[in-house]
Parts: sequence; structure tokens; C-alpha cells
Amino acid sequence: MYRTIPATAVALSLSFSAGAQESDQTEVEELRQRVQQLEERLDAQAAESAPTPDEATAEISTGSQDTKQPSGNAFNPAISLIIDAKYRDLELDPDAYQIGGFVPGGGHGDEDGHGHGAGPGERGFSLDETELSISGNIDPYWSGYFTAGVSDGEIDIEEAWIQNSGYFPGVIAKAGRFFSGIGYINEQHPHAWDFVDAPLVQQAFYGGNLGDDGLQLRYVAPTPLFLEFGVEVGSGTNFPGSERNQNGANAGAAFAHLGGDVGFSNSYRIGASYRQTEAAEREYDDEDSTGAEVENVFSDLKSKTWGVDFVWKWAPNGDPSTRNFKFQAEYFNRTEDGQLGYDLDDATETFAQEGVYSSDQSGWYAQAVYQFIPRWRVGVRYDLLDSGTIEYEPVTDGSISRDDLQLLREHKPERTTVMIDFASSEFARFRLQYAQDKARFDETDDQIVFQYIVSLGAHGAHRF
Amino acid sequence: MRMFVTCVLVIVATALPHTALAKIKAFACEPEWASLLSELGGKDISVYQATSPKQDPHRVEARPSLVARMRSADIIVCSGADLEIGWLPVLLQSAGNSKVQPGQPGYFMAAEWVERLDVPEKVDRSMGDVHPYGNPHVHLDPRRLAVIAGALAQRLEEIDPDHASTYKQRSASFQEKWSASIQRWETEATSLKGLRVVTYHRDSAYLVNWLGMALSSTIESKPGIPPSASHLAKLLEQLKAEPADLILRMAYNEPKAPAWLNERTGITLVELPYTVGGTKQAKDLFTLFDDTINRLLQATGR
Repeated sequence: MYRTIPATAVALSLSFSAGAQESDQTEVEELRQRVQQLEERLDAQAAESAPTPDEATAEISTGSQDTKQPSGNAFNPAISLIIDAKYRDLELDPDAYQIGGFVPGGGHGDEDGHGHGAGPGERGFSLDETELSISGNIDPYWSGYFTAGVSDGEIDIEEAWIQNSGYFPGVIAKAGRFFSGIGYINEQHPHAWDFVDAPLVQQAFYGGNLGDDGLQLRYVAPTPLFLEFGVEVGSGTNFPGSERNQNGANAGAAFAHLGGDVGFSNSYRIGASYRQTEAAEREYDDEDSTGAEVENVFSDLKSKTWGVDFVWKWAPNGDPSTRNFKFQAEYFNRTEDGQLGYDLDDATETFAQEGVYSSDQSGWYAQAVYQFIPRWRVGVRYDLLDSGTIEYEPVTDGSISRDDLQLLREHKPERTTVMIDFASSEFARFRLQYAQDKARFDETDDQIVFQYIVSLGAHGAHRF
Repeated sequence: MRMFVTCVLVIVATALPHTALAKIKAFACEPEWASLLSELGGKDISVYQATSPKQDPHRVEARPSLVARMRSADIIVCSGADLEIGWLPVLLQSAGNSKVQPGQPGYFMAAEWVERLDVPEKVDRSMGDVHPYGNPHVHLDPRRLAVIAGALAQRLEEIDPDHASTYKQRSASFQEKWSASIQRWETEATSLKGLRVVTYHRDSAYLVNWLGMALSSTIESKPGIPPSASHLAKLLEQLKAEPADLILRMAYNEPKAPAWLNERTGITLVELPYTVGGTKQAKDLFTLFDDTINRLLQATGR
């Protein structure tokens, strides 16, 4: 480009001397020589300086240039929409669903069944939560991510955060609302799940994906094995915490991950996590031994959950396109200590019973998914929970019986699930799932679900 | 709690490497770039190859080992043009390494430096897994590789000025050997001009373009969509009407559909390395093209 300017200038000046005489001819010769020298010099300069990608492309370009003017849309973030619709055949009434032995998790699934939180969902055809995700770079330091679950009448902001990766080497800082890094599946959005619903332990302990408003710091160690540590602080308002009008952090979490390969075909990640939150006032509806409804309220309840998670992936020569296999398992143990007020009388605003409450409960799941030919996968999952021990003063001293806490009777909820799915591309998946659900106290539910889950627009890559 | 801390310390102790060496660490997304980095960097660079020649570079998992390696990398060299869109962005976000983020000197995408083929006028998912920035499989044209090598050598000088003179020397000697090799290959391969080929995916587009062959169709119905029975039937019809001379199968492609096509049409099936290590003979970039051209010549009996 730079040589065209003097060349054009010389050409112009040459063209003005149309009727050149002898003396002008020699002048022209001189000018031509000078132009040639200039061109050579510019060539030498260009060869020395580093070519930018655009220049190099232009050199061997034959018109692959984009001649359109960039519009304001050039900086638009990546937008994607997930549509998730199902047809369910549920033997038992989903409205009466309960995970026996466990205080019902909060989350956006248990009430109307539209969400992907707790419970098997609605019978028949239903459109479940549509997820809208928007992500992009904010500036050279920050990137942002937003996901909202949209269902009739409500928009539920699941994640909205900013993140810096690597300003301090190895440190990834995230702030805003995000899914907690505890466990393995918790950070996965429902559209990335291998089954239609969440594992039972996640439903019981968190009511779905556990999220929080707060800060997360991760540190990736500069080791050949993947080693990562994370800490989180947050408001802790989601179950098992509660809202509280207080400064400071109401919840904290810490986790560590170790990952690596075994040969080219196998990869694994092991994790351990711990989370602590407090519920200032957390109510739930129960039934007493006569079947009458009672409203109970936890207060000053410290909830501590620790867990371990493991995932193993196999793909022949590391290529998952044709066949691949994935195994994952997680175990959680939760202890809660605090006060429980039993049977709130709305008129007098007093409890029939009050006393110290403490519980020690656990649960785990293991699942395996195998892709046997391109686009087709089968999976099997087993959930088992243990209601463990629940101690409540009024029960211990005989004021009320253990059966007056109907929801918290001893139980080992269990569920077995099998599924087969077909992905017409990486953006669309069709799944058929059958589960035998023994989460309820006395009944077994047969659940058949057919689901499609598709994404429109930009689709971010999934984590391991 | 104490147990937790002890466990963590044990894990850290086992995971810590030997003392780190002073040489720069390169993360190569695919084997061809690992090979190029070795040519240009020699002993001054420690190269980590993220994928094997048997892996489809489109479908790679962002596994923890890759995150760990990216964490410590001084430079990443990948094809770019969205070839690694399924896994590279996750690695970049999870690794906590600002040196290799887009826009930084440590971020080197080969396809940005050369003119790309197959740039679509419009993109739509109904077209399959199209690459909006054009065909990213740029390494299979040695002339483009020369341009990329030149740019990469300069980038290495930029991020590792202590060894700048060595990179210059190695680059100059590579370019000399390389242009001599290109001339030799072009002479050897003149008889391949005009041959019509069928490939599994359009990953051979640059090779075909360089050698003057013509890509008649792909076995895939659309990019990223494995062929259905009906598509294969249509392909069969098409080839009966207008036969092709060769079926190309890259080392990482699935073998069944190409073999089936070869059986039904009688068109010679050639297996090509596609990248360094794809076949035993393709040990480096030079032998990659030696072997590719040899196999093509053998298959056409010339």
C-alpha cells in the first residue's frame, strides 16, 4: 500500500508532461529510477517489519475480503436459547411427591412442576423452563455470563456474573450470581445433564442447582496434573439457607479438584467440597401423626454439607465422536443444627413446641453413560439417600412423637433410572427415560419421560 | 477439617512437578502445530501436544489435563477459524492464564495468517457445522504453511527475545528446506492434477486445491453430520453418473463409510495421514507431505 502513494504521485507528475521533449525525457528517466529505488526500499522495510494478519492475508488474498461495513452488531454478545419440552407419564400424582425423610428443598421446581428443580414435573405434555444465555467479553479484563430460566409468568435469573481469568496467574475471580463449584453436576445447566432430571441427592439437599450471590476465587496450580482450589462466599439465601437481614457473608464454600489422564483414552477428575450456610428463619409445611397440616420453622440453623465427586471419561484414542463412556458419582453428607419451632399458630404467632434440632443425613448417586454409535447414547443411574438421624428435643422428651414429623420419618429414598438418547447434532437431543422412583415413603412411582432439548444460536462449549 | 487439609497437602505434594526449566512452554492444539513448533524452536521450546493424530480436532473434550497445561503455557498455537470452538474457549476461561488470551502475543491462530477457502456467504445451522470464517484445515497446503511458519517464527522472537537469533536461524533454514521440498512435491504430483476425489469431510480442501485436484463431494451429508443411509444411496447414484478417481480417508475419519463406498463403486480408497503421526511414515511436516503424495501416487498407479 505504501508504495502506491509515491508511485501515483510520480505517475501523475509524469502524465502532466505529455508533450515531453528531450530534456524532459531524461528527467522522466531519472524519476522512474528514483521511484524504483523508493519501491525497493519500501519492500525491504516491509520485509523487516512484522506483517500483521490482515496484511499477510491481503498478499495472497484474491477477494475473500469482507466488503461489508461492520455494523454496531459487531460487538454483540453470544446469545443462545435452550428449549426443553417433555412428555411425561407418571404413575403417581406428582403434586403429592416427596423425598421421604428430608425437608423439602426450595428451588423453582417443587411448586408448579415447571422447573427442573425438585420433583418429577407435570404429567402429559409440558414446556419446561426455557433458558436464555448471553455471554461475551466486557473489556480486556472481564468476561460476563448471564442465564435466565424463563417459564410462564416468571423469569428466574440463574446466573449473572463477571469473571477475570489470569490477571493474577492461575487466579480466576468470579462475582455475581453463579452456580456453586461444589460437587460435579452442580455447575452444569440442566440442558447439559445426561438425564431428564437432577440426581435425588441434589434435589433433596439443594432443590436443584445450588446458586448464590457472592464471590468465587479459583486457583489453578501450575502443575502438570490439574489441581484447582476454590473458595466462595455469598448471601446464602437459597435453600438450605434463608434470607437474613445481615451484613457479611452468610454462606461459604471451599472445594478442590484434581484431574488428569490415564493414557490418551482416559481422563478423570476427583473433587472434594465443603459448604456452610445458615438459615435465620426457614419454614416448611409438614403433617402431624393425625394427618393435620403443621407449619414448622427452623431458626438459627447451621447447615454444613461436605461431599466428594468423581468423574471418569473414556474415548478410544481420545476421540469421542464414535464411541465414548462416562462414569460419574457424588456423595454428600449434611448436618444441620439449630432450633425448630413446631406447629406455628398463625393467630397467636406461637409454636406448640420448640427445641433444639439436629440432623445428620447423606445421599449419593452414580451414573454411567455410553455412546455406542455416533449420536446414540444409553445411560443408567442409581440414587440412594439416607435420612440418617434426626434429633428433636420435644421428641426426645416425649412431648410429641417422631411420627408428628411426618415428612421426616426414617426413610432411604432410592431411584433407578435408565435412558437412551439421540443427538441429531450437537445442538439437538431427543431422550427417552424410564425411572423407578422410590423416594416416597410407601409407594413406587413408574416414570416415563420423553424429552427434547435444543439450543438456538451460539452455543458455548461445555466443561469437562 | 484437619483431615481435609492433610488430604489437600498430600495431593499438592504428589502433583508438584520437578523444578521448572527456563525454556518457554508451548501448547499446540494439533500435532501439525506441535511439529512446526519443534522445527522452529528446537530445544528452546517445550511443546505440549494437546491432541493425537487419531483425534477429530472438532470434537475434543476440554479435559483437566489440557486445562493444567494451558495454565502454564507461554504460547498456544492452534488452527483457529473456529476449528477448536468446541473446546478451546473453555480451556481459556478455566486456565487462569492471561498470556494466552485472544489478542495477546501468546495467542497464535494459524488460519488468521492465510487466505481461507470455503468462506460462506451466509451461515445457518441448517447447513450443518459450517465454519463461518472459512475452512480451518489450513495446514494441508505447504505454501500456506510457509506463511504461517514465518509468522510463528516472528511471534516466537517476540515472546522469547533471548533466543531471537536462534529462532531466526532455524526459521531461515526451515524456509529454505521447505521451499525446496514444495518444488519437489509439485513436480512429483503433476500427474495428480485434475483428479476428482471424494472425501469424508472437507478437511482435505487445501490439499486438493494445492495439487490441482477437484473435490467432487463429501461422504458426510453436511459438515459434522454423519452420513445417513439415504445420503449414501444418493452419493452412490451421483458417483455412478459422474465417477470420481479417488476416495480419501484421513487417519481420524471413521473407516466404515469410506470402505463401503469403495466396495460399491470400485473407486480406489486412499488413507492419508492428515497430520503428523497419522501414519507411521508421517513423522514430521516434511514426511507428512512425502507420505501423502506417495500414497496418492501409489493409489492412482502413477
